[in-house]
Amino acid sequence: MSTAAVSVDHVAKRFRVYHERNQTLKAAVMRRRRAVYEDFWALDDVSFEIPEGSTFGLVGDNGSGKSTLLKTLARILYPDRGSVVTRGRVAALLEVGSGFHPELSGRENVFLNGSILGMSKVEIARKFDSIVDFSGVEQFIDQPVKNYSSGMYVRLGFAVAINVDPEILLVDEVLAVGDSAFQEKCAEKFVDFRREGRTVVVVSHSMPSVRAMCDQVAWLDHGRLVETGAAQPILENYLDSTRNDVREGPGGSVRWGSAEALIDAVELVHGGQTVGAVASGAEVTVRVRYTAGQQVDRPVFGLAVDTHDGIYVWGNNTRDAGHTIDRITGSGVMECRVPRLALQPGSYLVTAAITDASTTHVIDFVRHAARLQVEHRVPGDSSGVASLDGQWS
Amino acid sequence: MRLVTELFASRELLTNLTSREIKGKYKRTALGQLWSLVNPLAQMVIFTAVFQFVVRVEPDVGDPSGLDIFAVWLLCGLLPWAFFTNVVNGGMGSLVANENLIKKVHFPRAALPVSTAAAAVVTWATEMAVLLVVLLLVGGRPLLYVPLVLVAMAVLALFALGFALALSVLNVYFRDTQHFMGIILQAWFYLTPIVYPAHLVADESAKLGPVFGRLTVFDLYQLNPMERFVEVFRSLLYDNTLPPVDAVLACLAWTVVSLAIGSWVFSRNEKRLAEVL
Repeated sequence: MSTAAVSVDHVAKRFRVYHERNQTLKAAVMRRRRAVYEDFWALDDVSFEIPEGSTFGLVGDNGSGKSTLLKTLARILYPDRGSVVTRGRVAALLEVGSGFHPELSGRENVFLNGSILGMSKVEIARKFDSIVDFSGVEQFIDQPVKNYSSGMYVRLGFAVAINVDPEILLVDEVLAVGDSAFQEKCAEKFVDFRREGRTVVVVSHSMPSVRAMCDQVAWLDHGRLVETGAAQPILENYLDSTRNDVREGPGGSVRWGSAEALIDAVELVHGGQTVGAVASGAEVTVRVRYTAGQQVDRPVFGLAVDTHDGIYVWGNNTRDAGHTIDRITGSGVMECRVPRLALQPGSYLVTAAITDASTTHVIDFVRHAARLQVEHRVPGDSSGVASLDGQWS
Repeated sequence: MRLVTELFASRELLTNLTSREIKGKYKRTALGQLWSLVNPLAQMVIFTAVFQFVVRVEPDVGDPSGLDIFAVWLLCGLLPWAFFTNVVNGGMGSLVANENLIKKVHFPRAALPVSTAAAAVVTWATEMAVLLVVLLLVGGRPLLYVPLVLVAMAVLALFALGFALALSVLNVYFRDTQHFMGIILQAWFYLTPIVYPAHLVADESAKLGPVFGRLTVFDLYQLNPMERFVEVFRSLLYDNTLPPVDAVLACLAWTVVSLAIGSWVFSRNEKRLAEVL
């Protein structure tokens, strides 16, 4: 078990939902008891381990208990049953800049906040320059922080927190702070963290960022652990579960959407024939057969390819490709030609979708509508996902 | 015990929180830290005007110091009392005021009431230093007793801290606590011989005789721990003599009780703070 940075062992956390809460003495005396409440289990017998060096996501709907769990890991809340064991220094980025005193200068607040987060004075002094540098507020560091813009405030808070140098970093949706340049910096910092073998635990509602960052996730639902393990399959299951219009698609795949038009089949065409396997580097056309039960104006067709183990390889849609479709009615076929299939041999999954012109409203989405088998070609590239067709001379 | 080791481990945090308290309090005021001296001075002027010139309270002449200045006599009791109320009031509100911090960061919660107490100690020490100078100027000889005064200050600080720890938690559950304490402290102030000498109570009590068995009103009066503390401080500073042993023992005993209850209440509830707030 030496590889687990965090062990969560049968953790349960109860909150009291007060029907009538006595926060005044009068109420307490008059009723002669503290309050009327009902127990609510925010976490119920949750057990899993977070491997050292992993970037671990906690996902789930609102109220699933993921933030409670994160706070439990951060030792802000304590479980009523079970235990949480963390190995290494823990820093939590639950809210940046908490504990800043508005009247004190940025410099004084860096020291104050640093020590609240558990850093020693020497340590803060050593990191002071990099903190200020990271925050980008050096000009104003001796100004009271109440004069800071909210962006500067948050950036300084974030800079302090991220310099705590934890072995385990807990993050709650704070990645969306600052301008894009600052976000870029934060993202870099996270990459550094991972490279240095530290453990990062993230709670986020942003599926793209969880998907991009996390290699492992735990999916919580109403305080119970649904699944934990490798990120990609669980994220897909989770996403599917959040659609209330999920149906069975062709070949047992999962589909959802408003269904004004449906994808009937996704086929791979090579040399005029429908095929299941294509050689690496060969020409291939993806053909999408659809039936539009009613007229759909300006639809967008999209395709995506994932590897079997969940790496998102490619995405393409008619809007971004500059191919405008005025309307579709009845049955039809859309084809996307790939002149040279730049994929290494292996098994890939093709996902197809029809959306409206904004690509935000899904008309039909079929996950893993077709399997794409890519075969060896000699001579060819050696390994990896992409086949860039390297030529030696 | 765990509370102590935890606090010792985070002593830098304590220092920083304390200086935040001190620096933040009078930021952007023209007088700055001087305000912490202006308050007791203003109180001194008011109480002296009322109790020396209107009510004509006459405290005993300092023995053996020979001092006979009402304002100085008053300060010897008023400064410890003001410190006590500062720690109790500040500490009581410290958890509620830092709700945001408690909900978002893990750190020893006791650092909050302890740092407000520490900030009050700093203010009080300044006041006491000024009082010491005044005593020297008016002819007292308190220098010999300075080490004992420091010990007494430390004991009173711990006594007040016990209250602050317990009340800070109570105030989280019942916000009435702070308003309630406002009244209690006011009554307590007049139950303590600060603006009048204790012998006035002793005289009345002697006229009345024993009330419960052999207990007199004055015996009950002396159960007030702050009465004992004021007695100790007046002996050392104003009279320039060693305080009565029973007063010293009473102070120590009350401090042990207050600290024990305070830290027990605090450590029992500490882990729940983030969810109750």
